[in-house]
Amino acid sequence: MRIVINGRTVDQDFIDRVEEISGQKLSSCMQCGTCTASCPMVEAMQLSPRRVMHLLQMGLRDYVEGANTVWVCASCHTCEARCPRCVDLPRVMEAIRLVTLRQNKDRVDPQRLEPTVIDEAPQVAMVGCFRKLTA
Amino acid sequence: MKVSYYPGCTLKTKARNLEDSAIAALRVLGHDLDELPRWNCCGAVTSLAQDDLLHMLAPVRDLIRAKQQGSDKLVTICSMCYNTLARANLLMKNDVEKRNTINAFMEEEPDYAGEVEVVHLLNFLRDYVGWDKLAAAVKKPLSGLRVAPYYGCTLVRPAEVAIEPAVDASVFERFLTALGAEVVANPAAFDCCGSYQILSSPKEALDAAARVIGTARDRGADLMALSCPLCDYNLGKRQGDLIASHGLQGELPTVYFTQLLALALGLGPDVCHFELNHKGTRSLLEGRNLIPVQAA
Repeated sequence: MRIVINGRTVDQDFIDRVEEISGQKLSSCMQCGTCTASCPMVEAMQLSPRRVMHLLQMGLRDYVEGANTVWVCASCHTCEARCPRCVDLPRVMEAIRLVTLRQNKDRVDPQRLEPTVIDEAPQVAMVGCFRKLTA
Repeated sequence: MKVSYYPGCTLKTKARNLEDSAIAALRVLGHDLDELPRWNCCGAVTSLAQDDLLHMLAPVRDLIRAKQQGSDKLVTICSMCYNTLARANLLMKNDVEKRNTINAFMEEEPDYAGEVEVVHLLNFLRDYVGWDKLAAAVKKPLSGLRVAPYYGCTLVRPAEVAIEPAVDASVFERFLTALGAEVVANPAAFDCCGSYQILSSPKEALDAAARVIGTARDRGADLMALSCPLCDYNLGKRQGDLIASHGLQGELPTVYFTQLLALALGLGPDVCHFELNHKGTRSLLEGRNLIPVQAA
């Protein structure tokens, strides 16, 4: 992936919003990749958690928001438990989701779930999913 | 002895097998789970945003109900409810500014400052029953049953609400040992089952579930014990979807820890509702003479 970085590509406002919502200091990440190595959903991610952190540090909002990473994160907290820099990555993922969701854009449409799944899936699955992925 | 109890939404419907077996078993052990009056959904997942206190109101309201009952602890069984309630409780205990905002917002409720301790049933058994007493109460030891414990995510992460630190957690293993079961060391005990992504990214969630099942099965487990209705859905009820597609060698039935507890204490399938489990669970337990064979 060829990425252009210059003064015009850095979205400082995005960095500030993610830091404010998550309460995390993005520059703490030293790019060791423990998060990516620990992530149960990484194979489905267009950008690994480590790369999301790197692109975020550089304020490259379009790359971060254009990837499915934060939407397939299951908030399992394995990365948070293992991060040697104590970055609470699930909070960063949530902040990136919220920047989108707060524009009233849903990621899942409850109407489109299969009826058999709605019949059988436990309430915690539905409440959890809609809480994380809808506005 | 009565103890305040928060059931949560799923235990009243699709996971009655988790709740009924727990209530009946605890009664045998001399503890009455006293359901909170007027409880509401805990929210299932915790809000991770610094500026989102609104989603903390639901779990905090439940904690206030426990305080109003005069309780110093609130027992939960569902792993996700445990996590959500425990984290809301920590926030109210430790973050003075947010606590004041929440208390001011819910002016119709008494103020709350984290006075109630949220206790998962496994820890309740450890601390208020004890493994020796539990072992002594066992009428039908689960001898020869090779059980892999599965903690999942929400019992052990984040560390500040872990029922025991994940690096050396043993509460589940000790519980199974007290019931006479053979514990199978499970390297996937703390791995994620795919969680709520089963609805939005089902393929990826089933991949995660398959790894958990495959790992426990490869270690020779007959059965995997768990405490979360969402884990049971992904790992148990959806197992049929992933055996063929993920090259698993065969089934691994799942069971709630409370069902094993009830069985070991001499209670029957009437409180265990095995019809709500993975379809292999009942036949496995029948084959081991732990429950009577159901008439065809």
